[in-house]
Amino acid sequence: MANARKLRILVAKPGLDGHDRGARVVARAFRDAGFEVIYTGCHQTPEQIVSTAIQEDVDLIGLSILSGAHRYSFPRIMELLKENNAQDISVIGGGIFPLEDIPTLKAAGIKELFEPGAKLSDIIDWVGTNIIPRREAE
Amino acid sequence: MDIIQQIVSGDVRTIARVLRDIDDELPSSRSVLQRLHPHTGKAHVIGFTGSPGVGKSSLVDQIATAYRKESKTVGILAVDPTSPFTGGAILGDRIRMQRHFLDPGVFIRSLATRGQFGGLSKSTNDMVNVLDAAGKDVVLVETVGVGQDEVEIANSAHTTVLVMVPGMGDDIQAIKAGVMEIGNIFVVNKADREGSRKTVRELMNLVEIGARRRNDENWEPQIVETEAVKGRGIDKLCETIESHKAYLQAAGSEKWREASQKRIRLQLLGALRDEAFRAILARIEKSGDSIDEIVRRIVARESDPYTVVQQIVDGLR
Repeated sequence: MANARKLRILVAKPGLDGHDRGARVVARAFRDAGFEVIYTGCHQTPEQIVSTAIQEDVDLIGLSILSGAHRYSFPRIMELLKENNAQDISVIGGGIFPLEDIPTLKAAGIKELFEPGAKLSDIIDWVGTNIIPRREAE
Repeated sequence: MDIIQQIVSGDVRTIARVLRDIDDELPSSRSVLQRLHPHTGKAHVIGFTGSPGVGKSSLVDQIATAYRKESKTVGILAVDPTSPFTGGAILGDRIRMQRHFLDPGVFIRSLATRGQFGGLSKSTNDMVNVLDAAGKDVVLVETVGVGQDEVEIANSAHTTVLVMVPGMGDDIQAIKAGVMEIGNIFVVNKADREGSRKTVRELMNLVEIGARRRNDENWEPQIVETEAVKGRGIDKLCETIESHKAYLQAAGSEKWREASQKRIRLQLLGALRDEAFRAILARIEKSGDSIDEIVRRIVARESDPYTVVQQIVDGLR
């Protein structure tokens, strides 16, 4: 009678902006959708985010960024996941970034990007459809 | 490499994954735990409990730092509540522990209670065993913010630290049963606040009139004042924790072994309960009945819960 896998999500804010209202709103929406959300606060380096994601064994990292540093931090996080053999952890992003950056970020491996105005229900639906919890450890 | 060897050698990814398999009750995790058992029994398990907001996470962060200075490795399990309505959870204890994120000598895992009462999750003890087998010298277990009656940690940890803040009620609070009985060490955190001395005095009275734990008559509960965010009182707290460990491990004393026995008894009973429950549910389904159907009969007053349970138990004989 094993329970169904519970989806675990890390909500993280890379970089130097301290405005985490958006991240908190999304974290709470994930909670209300029945997911376990690990929230680590602002000012995280890509290294801290990846280390946390691995220790917490999350299925998904949700990055929130308003500072404009996404072109560095998002690809850096993807690189670090790869270095740690953790490419199976999916990454999505939200916040403020120029629309023309989206293709570059997606090419770096970010699965989806949610712009300002994205509906919470759309984000939850996207996660429900696209993120499948990891199978058991071999 | 074999999964057990990977855990014992401290492979972070494997440890993280096995912890999740345990939390999700995957059958495969049971065989891992079976094989890990011979590697367990070394770590000092220290529990931190207390009401929400008293500073448990900040203290755990400081204590972890102190142990790292002595080059001891640290495992941290931090429990936060699961929503009873959605099953979701926000696990935020890590916010206070950021400085350890890049230290390979510290492994932090956030857990949700997942419907378990008592201050821990059902999986917590098994997870402690994994971190123990992985060679962590100390495992710090932070309970969910507790009220008066969540005392499970006392059976899980060798040393239980009960964290309080000044001004949380009159001295009658201190003689109530429940959490006030389980502290080997009482911490008055946020000791810069008004009323700290008064709280300490009340605790001293409590200790004097015999707040020692049953079967633990030779340890006098210690009271330590701290200011976790400023790091004040942490050295004293560490010394006190270590002196409790020394007390448990004193030559000729059975205390350490008794504490381990308590942990294992709890685990054994838990595993037995789960397994028996699972077997019974399977049996009911096999007989073509179902819990929903039984509930319907009871609601329709065709039967009652006591008769049904008696019938099920009789059927096992």
